Amino acid sequence: MRYGETGFNLEMDLSIGSIDRVETDPKLTELFLGGQGTADKILWDRVPAEVEPFSPDNVLIFSSGLLVGTPVPGANRTVVNTFSSQTNLHAHSLLGGYFGAELKHAGYDKIVISGRSSALVYLWINNDKVEIRDAGHLRGMGCQETAEQIKRDLKSEKIQVAAIGPAGENRVNMASIDHSHSSAARGAGSIMGDKRLKAIAIRGTKDLNMARPAELFEMCRNMRKSIADNPYVGDWMATDEDDSFHHNNFSWGNARVRRRDFWSKELEERWRNLKYKYMNRQTSCYNCPKACHNVISFPGKPTFSYKCYGKDTYHMAAFQELDFSYEILGIAQEYGLDSYSTPQVIAFALELYEAGILKDQDFPGMPVSVRERFFYLLEKIVRREGIGDILANGVSLAARQIGHGAEAFDHNTIKRFEQLPIKLGRLNPVYFLMLATGEKMAITQIEGSFPQDPLPTREQREEFVKGWVSAPDEKFKKYFLEWEKRDIISNEASCAICDWNEAMHYLDDATGICGFLSSFRGGQFGGRSAYHIHNMPPLISLATGLEMDETLLWEVFQRNRTLVRALNVRRGMRRMDEKPPEDHWAIRDHDYEQKLLDDYYQFKGWNQDGIPTKETLDKLGLDYVGEDFIRKGILKDHDDASAGKEKKA
Amino acid sequence: MHGGVKKKIIKEIKVHVDQCTGCRACELSCAAFHASPRYGSMNPARARIRVFIDERTDLYVPVRATHYTPAECSGRQSYIIGKKEYSQCSFCGASCPSREHFKEPDSGLPLQCDMCEDEPPLSEPMCVQACTFGALTYEETLEKANTGKEEKPEELKIGLESLVNKYGSQRVANNVARMFMSRKG
Repeated sequence: MRYGETGFNLEMDLSIGSIDRVETDPKLTELFLGGQGTADKILWDRVPAEVEPFSPDNVLIFSSGLLVGTPVPGANRTVVNTFSSQTNLHAHSLLGGYFGAELKHAGYDKIVISGRSSALVYLWINNDKVEIRDAGHLRGMGCQETAEQIKRDLKSEKIQVAAIGPAGENRVNMASIDHSHSSAARGAGSIMGDKRLKAIAIRGTKDLNMARPAELFEMCRNMRKSIADNPYVGDWMATDEDDSFHHNNFSWGNARVRRRDFWSKELEERWRNLKYKYMNRQTSCYNCPKACHNVISFPGKPTFSYKCYGKDTYHMAAFQELDFSYEILGIAQEYGLDSYSTPQVIAFALELYEAGILKDQDFPGMPVSVRERFFYLLEKIVRREGIGDILANGVSLAARQIGHGAEAFDHNTIKRFEQLPIKLGRLNPVYFLMLATGEKMAITQIEGSFPQDPLPTREQREEFVKGWVSAPDEKFKKYFLEWEKRDIISNEASCAICDWNEAMHYLDDATGICGFLSSFRGGQFGGRSAYHIHNMPPLISLATGLEMDETLLWEVFQRNRTLVRALNVRRGMRRMDEKPPEDHWAIRDHDYEQKLLDDYYQFKGWNQDGIPTKETLDKLGLDYVGEDFIRKGILKDHDDASAGKEKKA
Repeated sequence: MHGGVKKKIIKEIKVHVDQCTGCRACELSCAAFHASPRYGSMNPARARIRVFIDERTDLYVPVRATHYTPAECSGRQSYIIGKKEYSQCSFCGASCPSREHFKEPDSGLPLQCDMCEDEPPLSEPMCVQACTFGALTYEETLEKANTGKEEKPEELKIGLESLVNKYGSQRVANNVARMFMSRKG
């Protein structure tokens, strides 16, 4: 018997309508755990580098994390992986809510989708009964509207639905997949649309077995209470109305303008009143003692929810106030548009218009006010009408299509993906590494374990490290104690810190634990994360029966992380792609940055082009990757040997 | 014939619907507690409590499974509380033919909340322990309750008379005699 996981994947080819229930190899669970880890192994095996993202041969995988459905509180993430039509690289996308648990109770750890349907369809998974159904009547519907219609059609309110809106149907690169109050962004929505898969509906009523159930339940019962009481995890912005952090520090418009004195007590009070006037309640994901979603019903608009910075993106891009976000978010979410990248695309278009690169004829009938213009462009993008057809490809690709100097306005993307609009003065070396080498595209999916900035006094730093449970070992405490100025920190420390930050995200994405309890809360905001490298191994062992300790778990991280790098290297990603935007920091030092990158590659066991060496791959049990690289000439035997020697442990 | 009235512990789960966030920890904890072996499997479909969730209309109502009924309701009513409309079903704990709730997924047999009766007794039912948001709270109150011995002779007389009126004195007498014999035997 398998514990913690079901041991089966659901595989389907939409081109021919085949559906198979396939038993998985327990050895792969040992090596990659689950979630994104095991999904990436499937992508490696099945999607050759030459497969275009918009191709029936691209594979879209919904994975329930290894601990999802177990009593482990806050383990509820479904990871969606594929190859992105925006970046042409690996796509990492996350859904919270109830979807992953329902999938496991239906008897599957993953849904692996290949092919392309000839007509719009949806998938109905009712335990062992799985059907591909016509979705003609759902065409053009919003995400929540689709979910409600399916529940009505199937006469059950217990069904969990993940759906794309019209944005996904029209293969907009910023399209998301939405379920409950969660949204999977960063590349998965357009691929689901390309496969002509409107939605996945699941009902699962099967048992999920635990290896050592009583001990696990007891441990989790205590954790549920301690997480509930822990002010450093979850999204405290759900209740703390002081959001000066984003408004005074992030850039407005097309990532241009900082307004350091924007926030005021008067504004805070006004926005608080607005929020509580229209907020239904705060809601949780499955089995989580935190309630991070603010659910808002704004008059005449579809109900929507947001967490953290999600409420700010539209009004900051448009130089408006919170009421504008409330006006537009419900509509944008129903369309199935990611609220991080979409406002930037719109702000970029309006800037091109101001600059005369896009002209009046590109915007027929465009209203005058910026608020109405956002709505106007939202419609154009979702329907891929006129200029919207180009903008729907995202800032980076659109800039190249538009030309005439538009490229210079694409100043906030990395690897063709829109970044958070942050423009700062002095370089933060760790952030340089994370932004340059990260392959989850958004910094929020990479940062979080180590504080963003040093604390001003030694005493404060000592106080901070005292209860720093999340730190893997003493060296991170030492790095922090000695860190006085943001831009002055050793390369050795920068490499180790970047590595740790990544580690926790990769482990969350394998286990399904939410970053707000773990990777995003390791030190950056408080240092008292609920999950860390020390308590994950016993939880994994009790749930799954796998032998697990900190060393083995760290190796899983290295293996999973290296496999993502391998997938992208095979598709052509190289050192030259690893560049934060030129204006991300005002003060830059090219030689220093490149030396830092050299050191980081070496630390990771990658060669100077950012390619994992044969030795590194062999050590992690990814020898088949190394062989493939040598066969393709991506690695050469002699390069590899020298890189291997330089490598640190 | 005296005594008649005794004090009895009434166990009550109070549901604060405005506090519910829809995490469903109550469901999964209930199901795990009632699994065999205890905590041996997870499956909210086996829970004897269930959160009715309608995200669109903002309904989050935890309901415990109460009783089995072979018949559907003859009609429905809905409640408007605040500005929200709740169907009667949103509060109903019955395992009934018109809906899928509170039935064992394998057998379809009805599920019923037992307030986590256990030896030694739990401080609170599992669902209440799992709820960190205060949507479920537990109270025990002492209430006066009938013990069965307190029936007044007039009530017995009225009852017997109605039976005699309905079935005739001979049938009632025969049945009473049969009951008497079987208990004795």
